[in-house]
Amino acid sequence: MKIFFAFVVKEFRHVWRDKRSLMILLGLPIIMMLIFGFAISSEVKDSKILVIDHAKDNQSRMLIDRFNQSEYFTVFAISTDEKIIPDYFEKGSVRLALIIPSGFRTDMEKEGSQLRLIADATDPNSANIATSYASAVIRDFQIQFFENAAAFMNINIETRMLYNPQLKSSFNFVPGVMTLIMMLLGTMMTAVAIVKEKEMGTIEILLVSPMKPILVIISKAVPYLVICFVDVLLILFMAYMVLDMPMRGSLPLLLLESLLFIITTLSFGLLISTLVSSQQMAMFISLVGFLMPALVFSGFMFPIENMPLPLQVISNVVPTKWYFLILKTIMVKGLGFEYIIKPTIILAVMTIIFILLTLRNFKVRLM
Amino acid sequence: MSKVIITEKLTKKFDDFTAVDAISFEVEQGEIFGFLGANGAGKTTAMRILSGLSYPTSGKAEVAGFDVYNQVEDIKRNIGYMSQKFSLYENLTVRENIHFFGGIYGLGRKELKQASEELISRLHLGPEANKLVKSLPLGWKQKIAFSVAILHRPKIVFLDEPTGGVDPITRRQFWELIYEATSQGITAFVTTHYMDEAEYCDRVSIMVDGAIAALDTPAALKSQFNASSMDAVFLQLARAAKRS
Repeated sequence: MKIFFAFVVKEFRHVWRDKRSLMILLGLPIIMMLIFGFAISSEVKDSKILVIDHAKDNQSRMLIDRFNQSEYFTVFAISTDEKIIPDYFEKGSVRLALIIPSGFRTDMEKEGSQLRLIADATDPNSANIATSYASAVIRDFQIQFFENAAAFMNINIETRMLYNPQLKSSFNFVPGVMTLIMMLLGTMMTAVAIVKEKEMGTIEILLVSPMKPILVIISKAVPYLVICFVDVLLILFMAYMVLDMPMRGSLPLLLLESLLFIITTLSFGLLISTLVSSQQMAMFISLVGFLMPALVFSGFMFPIENMPLPLQVISNVVPTKWYFLILKTIMVKGLGFEYIIKPTIILAVMTIIFILLTLRNFKVRLM
Repeated sequence: MSKVIITEKLTKKFDDFTAVDAISFEVEQGEIFGFLGANGAGKTTAMRILSGLSYPTSGKAEVAGFDVYNQVEDIKRNIGYMSQKFSLYENLTVRENIHFFGGIYGLGRKELKQASEELISRLHLGPEANKLVKSLPLGWKQKIAFSVAILHRPKIVFLDEPTGGVDPITRRQFWELIYEATSQGITAFVTTHYMDEAEYCDRVSIMVDGAIAALDTPAALKSQFNASSMDAVFLQLARAAKRS
């Protein structure tokens, strides 16, 4: 135990001295969170909209006001000339144009009026989102207008977005970023740290010492376990303070599951370190060979259900998919352990397999 | 005098390549045993077996009274090891290195403190003790590495080309440290490329093609091969090598 402690102290000193790695270890989560939180957002906020108002009556004015009040839109310009529309889209100054026909009010009261929405679909995703938001604004307006004449609204669709009524993208990316950061740091840093000792030749010295080889490897991983856990806390804190991420389930459960996932990534890093002998190779394997599938198959960016069947099958062996699922279940749905037993068992089994393979490879290497 | 290393027909095969071919020798306690051979002659493999890093294919070997097959843990506790490739952890200070290596050999806090202060004053390190190892010259690193390797008072210290890349004066100083250690009863098992260093050894073995081609004191070897220096002895033997 004393030996183990001496080793862990030395590992911490290594990490502490290596300021660049330390910056990556603690800075990366913060930067990723900020980038995903503020720069990359699938929500469409303050979309600029051009209104061509042929009616110019009270009703059209009220509709325009509604758009202005919505946090999703800003009325960029109001005009009566349809010819200017292409110009605005070409310059990219608006995303959406709304055309209100003349006689808007009277038509609406009689047989119904035709509003036209024109969207810039060079980015199909945001065009879709903007038009659906606009439709929602118009629908609200219509409901208010016909308050006393419900006869016009025979079918009233009421959509409820469960767990995330405001469709906040942070509900998706906070678990996603957490998964990726853990995977990246846990795997790469551990692999590189051990391979570094191989490159320097210091591993030999450790192996001739009375320390058990497996203890050497485990104690190399301990500091990264601590750092990754600090990263989890850091991400959760930022998500809670800055990005309004809810924490609906049990925090201790979340931390325990995170610990399990960190151990999974660390043991994978250890496995990589037994297979390669240079730091570049270790980094290459963890980044290209692992981060890419981890990203694609986590379900964070691309829904797994939309993938062709063979890829769906492959996704099952990618640990990030399961951790992402666990995080979403606990944080967003607020469910308890009984709902995540399956992914937990899968992660645990993966960890055991990684560790067994590491042990086997390590012994072979010593012969 | 007791024998701290005994090998008998020690053999290591990698598939059909025989790296170490039935070597038999004995090393006395407190001796400086030179283990010479050209690159690829098998000396590193032999040394790895003796230091518990690798298992032999056949033959017998005892190190510090323990068997290399099933008492590897005991062997490791009783040996020190220093290689050319390794000096110390570059981004730890001298003191931190001492504490770490003392720590993994299970030295207690009190022992460790005493041993490290003694080491620091013996090598006249003073303020340098708190500097990062990477800021020190190579010769210093090697002296510190050696001192660290014998910090836990091992019976045998294995030195794998310990003086590679340093000037003759620093090499001489390094050997003073080895003499000091062996005078206290530690056995030194040294591989080297420098033939002048071979002259400093009590006994020298020369490996050729995995087997021991000669083993005796430097003086006896020189007269046996009718050579003026160890260099000449070595060349005569190495020339006969089939694998290079």
